[in-house]
Amino acid sequence: MTALVLVEVENGAVRQASRSAVAAASRFGAVDAIVFGDGAQAAAALPGVTRVLSVPGLVNDLAEPAADLLAARAKDYSHIVAAASATGKNILPRLAGLLDVQPIPDVVEIKDADTFVRPIYAGNALATVRSADSIKVLTVRGSNFDPIATEGGSATVETVEAPASEKSVFVKVELSASDRPELESARVVISGGKGLKDATNFKLLEPIADKLNAAIGASRAAVDSGFAPNEMQVGQTGKIVAPELYIAVGLSGAIQHLAGMKDSRVIVAINTDPEAPIFKVADYGIVGDLFEVLPALEKAL
Amino acid sequence: MKVLVPVKRVVDYNVKVRVAADGSGVETQGVKMSMNPFDEIAVEEAVRLREKGAAKEVVVVTVGAQAAQDVLRTAMAMGADRAILVRTDDTLEPRAVANVLKAIATREEAGLICMGKQAIDDDMNATGQILAAKLGWPQGTFASAVTVADGRIEVAREIDGGTEVVSLTLPAVVTADLRLNEPRYASLPNIMKARKKPLETIEVDSLGVDTASRLTVVSVAEPAERKEGVKVNSAAELVEKLKTEAKVI
Ligand SMILES: Cc1cc2nc3c(=O)[nH]c(=O)nc-3n(C[C@H](O)[C@H](O)[C@H](O)COP(=O)(O)OP(=O)(O)OC[C@H]3O[C@@H](n4cnc5c(N)ncnc54)[C@H](O)[C@@H]3O)c2cc1C
Ligand SMILES: Nc1ncnc2c1ncn2[C@@H]1O[C@H](COP(=O)(O)O)[C@@H](O)[C@H]1O
Repeated sequence: MTALVLVEVENGAVRQASRSAVAAASRFGAVDAIVFGDGAQAAAALPGVTRVLSVPGLVNDLAEPAADLLAARAKDYSHIVAAASATGKNILPRLAGLLDVQPIPDVVEIKDADTFVRPIYAGNALATVRSADSIKVLTVRGSNFDPIATEGGSATVETVEAPASEKSVFVKVELSASDRPELESARVVISGGKGLKDATNFKLLEPIADKLNAAIGASRAAVDSGFAPNEMQVGQTGKIVAPELYIAVGLSGAIQHLAGMKDSRVIVAINTDPEAPIFKVADYGIVGDLFEVLPALEKAL
Repeated sequence: MKVLVPVKRVVDYNVKVRVAADGSGVETQGVKMSMNPFDEIAVEEAVRLREKGAAKEVVVVTVGAQAAQDVLRTAMAMGADRAILVRTDDTLEPRAVANVLKAIATREEAGLICMGKQAIDDDMNATGQILAAKLGWPQGTFASAVTVADGRIEVAREIDGGTEVVSLTLPAVVTADLRLNEPRYASLPNIMKARKKPLETIEVDSLGVDTASRLTVVSVAEPAERKEGVKVNSAAELVEKLKTEAKVI
């Protein structure tokens, strides 16, 4: 059995979530990688990857040509795998549609080549499902599979022509620039909620994030209120994170938020309301006003 | 242009579901059900497109049991013109739902399908993409803004690093993210009016499409509970514990 992994390369480096996807896929057997745009070299260096299909012509990850291309190659593979990232979730279900198979999204555990565990109901239940499809199309949660190293492999690279995309055209992208670690791969995440009250106060998280080399996250309420951009949202419909340390500041811990962070190793909550549900999952809680606790925390670090 | 909006009836987002004792699924008996929140956003967007003159008619469709009628009525109270219930007592997977929706979209000659990005029960985030593939239409997933002009639709999409904009030919499939709009509440007069709007029921078998499941649910289990931790009294004590006890900083 050989698996094909959609590997995302950003600024010359393979995304951590994709390295987790390669780790997951290697459970099935040999692994080939496919890379859109530049980045074939970074993928070829991944240990365990035998062959890289490089598609330099497909620069913007448009789902239509990407899925067409994957579908044309699919018969060589038993599993087609991607990270459960925005890219993976856009392209792989479309591929599944072309192949007429049922995709298996957000896999958190691989039982065997046909059997997978995935969260449902915002992570309040874990379903073990067995697939009867001959080609399995799955996305995997990075936080559940230790990523493989960035170096050590020496895959062959085959260049592949990109199919044309007439129905879908890329217009532009706005990426928020940040020198902080990526949310999904940071060792420490500090997230703020509605309790921070406004966008200026939201910045109170920054000095602490600096000291801990942390990524900054946000609740949906904080994003909706304009304290933080949408890509910072943690939760059922935002990013799923499982850092060593997660610090929740002024956020209540709604089911949908917990879905995105409750697998963190150590959780800290700071909230004025002792009944806030976030305390139910926190290892350490401070019942107190964040406007007093945050400056004290900054000093104590 | 006719906009088709697939909506799903799901366990209300405020309910913390419990896994059934026999591990076959989750308890849904006596649990509050509602329209999937993302689908409310999709209905709102479709109604706005009609109000702006970009669409002529908004048709909502659900694939589900008789009881799913209530979410169709809600959608019509929000402004949808008519509704279709594709009746089945089985729980269909996204692939099967997409087969059904393809048949309905073809019959209705839909010019746009606007739907939720994800159903909050199965959390699949797949039906829209599968449907777009099966129809051979382009897709604008995780939409936070849409504009229809000159036979195309421009979609701003929420991606991992920010926002991306794509331009698609119509017909197309758009899946709604949370920030696309804020859905309106159905007013009482509109709820009354919705009772008189047409609701057609079609038996799923009459469509002659493949609705078989490809996944077998082996078991459904409760995730490991986290144990409740301790309260500390100060930031200094917290830092001390993180260093010496949790050894995480
Ligand atoms: C379909 C759907 C998907 C969703 N997806 C997500 C998701 O992915 N992520 C997500 O986060 N949410 C999501 N939500 C929203 C979720 O249900 C909650 O509404 C949201 O998480 C609440 O954000 P919050 O905790 O910041 O705000 P609130 O619930 O308003 O909590 C604010 C907290 O701050 C505390 N506070 C106030 N002042 C202070 C102070 N001075 N010091 C300390 N504490 C203070 C309060 O006690 C309160 O607990 C989703 C909802 C739906 C319907
Ligand atoms: N049974 C159904 N009937 C109508 N629409 C559905 C159904 N299941 C899923 N959908 C639509 O597909 C979207 C994504 O669902 P899913 O792929 O299951 O996460 C939902 O937000 C709905 O718009």
